[in-house]
Amino acid sequence: MKTKEDASVKISNLVKTYTDDRGRPTFTAVKNINLHINNGEFMVLVGPSGCGKSTTLRMVAGLEKITSGEIAIGDKVVNDLEPKDRGISMVFQSYALYPHMNLYDNMAFGLKLAKKTKDFIADTVGKTSKALGLDHMLQRKPGALSGGQRQRVALGRAIVRDPKVFLFDEPLSNLDAKMRVQMRTEISRLHVELGSTMIYVTHDQVEAMTMGDRICVMRDGIIMQVADPLTLFRHPENMFVAGFIGSPPMNLVKGKIQKRDGGLVFVETAESGALTLPIRGRFEPLASKYVDKEVVFGIRPEHINNEPKADGSSTLVNMKVEIAEPMGSESLVYLKTGSGSVIARIQGDHIFHLGEDVLAHFDIDRVTLFDPKTENVLK
Amino acid sequence: MKNQDGKSIVFQAGFWFFVVLILVFSLFPFLYALLSSFRPSNELFSTELWPKTLTFEHYLAVFANPRFVQSLVNSIIVAGSTVLIALVFGSLCAYALGRLPFRFKGLALYTILLMTMFPQIAVLSGLFVMLKTLGLFNTRPGLILTYFIFSMPFTIWVMTQYFRSLPKELEEAAYVDGASPLAVFWQVLLPLTVPGMISTGLLAFIGAWNEFLFALTFTVTDDMKTVPVVISQFTGVSAYEQPWGSIMAASMVVTIPLLILVMFFQRRIVAGLTAGAVKG
Repeated sequence: MKTKEDASVKISNLVKTYTDDRGRPTFTAVKNINLHINNGEFMVLVGPSGCGKSTTLRMVAGLEKITSGEIAIGDKVVNDLEPKDRGISMVFQSYALYPHMNLYDNMAFGLKLAKKTKDFIADTVGKTSKALGLDHMLQRKPGALSGGQRQRVALGRAIVRDPKVFLFDEPLSNLDAKMRVQMRTEISRLHVELGSTMIYVTHDQVEAMTMGDRICVMRDGIIMQVADPLTLFRHPENMFVAGFIGSPPMNLVKGKIQKRDGGLVFVETAESGALTLPIRGRFEPLASKYVDKEVVFGIRPEHINNEPKADGSSTLVNMKVEIAEPMGSESLVYLKTGSGSVIARIQGDHIFHLGEDVLAHFDIDRVTLFDPKTENVLK
Repeated sequence: MKNQDGKSIVFQAGFWFFVVLILVFSLFPFLYALLSSFRPSNELFSTELWPKTLTFEHYLAVFANPRFVQSLVNSIIVAGSTVLIALVFGSLCAYALGRLPFRFKGLALYTILLMTMFPQIAVLSGLFVMLKTLGLFNTRPGLILTYFIFSMPFTIWVMTQYFRSLPKELEEAAYVDGASPLAVFWQVLLPLTVPGMISTGLLAFIGAWNEFLFALTFTVTDDMKTVPVVISQFTGVSAYEQPWGSIMAASMVVTIPLLILVMFFQRRIVAGLTAGAVKG
């Protein structure tokens, strides 16, 4: 890791309101967000389209004017700086290579504009292109390259400028699935090698989970949660994050906690065939606070199985298979409940059949409860 | 009755009939001019299509005419300058209109289009006064200015569409790379609009090359006249003779530079006509 000056990014009370050509506000894309990205951190901004993640990134880049709030890179407020003076590089979804220049000139463009010496440019571009495996095609134009190669050139163009902060705007979305996985590891490796601060925008939660040191989940211009991948997965702070992270995402079942026969049970809200789960173990103290209240019961597909947990802490329910998706080493099994179904990720190559009875073991210790009104987690 | 393509003979016959009709209609005047330019003077009014003997006398006469040679030079200077100036200013305007955000953009575009809607005769006297005032009457710059005014709307409209079709991220990447707006224009966007510039430039050149009314009105001395004017003023041996042979030969001569230009840039034009559509 190179030692560098402070390249943390501080976003404070950031707002972006778009206006029409007469200056009237039309749409607020980013609504007063605060986010501190540490020096050398790989921060992923993730969320469905229109959540403001790209707008936020573009404001950091200086491509979009800030309506109010402040962005600081290092200890310098960059609100009014041109993109080139912010010490950033950006990789775009469409690669945005200059089609009329060959690869060398594409990568050297920024350095030439910065009036670096010829030797320095040749040296830097040479090294970078070699590291990216592009050194044998420097005379080619972008049109003669595959998507993966183009994105690598775009990476190279970002690297040679030796920025404090790398910005990625959905850089892998235009690639095919296989290439995407490959480039994913390549960018992760780059982060380890350069140790630079990176901000990465994606709508793909798998990308977010696999690449990010921390992940910032956004919706409708608001930050829903910022945390490391595991925390996000295990302790979502609201139903949106629970439903967004994980593939398939967390099962969310509406119902009530009730007292029955001296113990607690979760009863699904449904006309008939309601899912009823006895509650015990570590989950009991939490559940006891919400007796007879409406709650949303969240459990990940990974925590529903057809075998008991080794320590015997799981809760057993008899359920029917509605749909089964065999994936080879595991199956996604949709188990019928009163109001719909819950998905279970069951290990093993057993083939489940429609209508088959399954004894489902719910790992009740891993349940998360949400308030159905505020959609926030109940603690 | 159907042939291989499953289309009836009647349809095929009709199709080719119209193809030939259109070809004859569009090419006959040109063919007639071409043949007339090689026809000896004494045969000029014969009704036969093909001349019995071919002659180069008209071509020799035309090139022996110092007025014609001077007018060729004038036309090249005027049309060439018009194209260069129109492209420089047109693409700058188009960059602003296609790329930069500002108010009244639509209004500006339509005002520019409006300029082309008036018949030439309507603006003739106004232009005349303008050129007189500027001291540009009977000068090449006067003609260049006139043609510049008339080629700008077209250039701006086509080039604006061109600039619009270029992806925005390209420009943003250049800004992040440290380019100034002018560097973005010169080094990134302009090279990509070359096909568009070639097709608009060619059309502007053809327009200026063949223009007659303004050239006739705004030039009086032989050393300033352009080719179409000089050709129209060819005189025969006597005042009663129209020198059709020379007129046709001269017309052929002045078409050749256009043909060469078009052929030279042919591939670029085709690319220019389709590029915008494909890039989206």
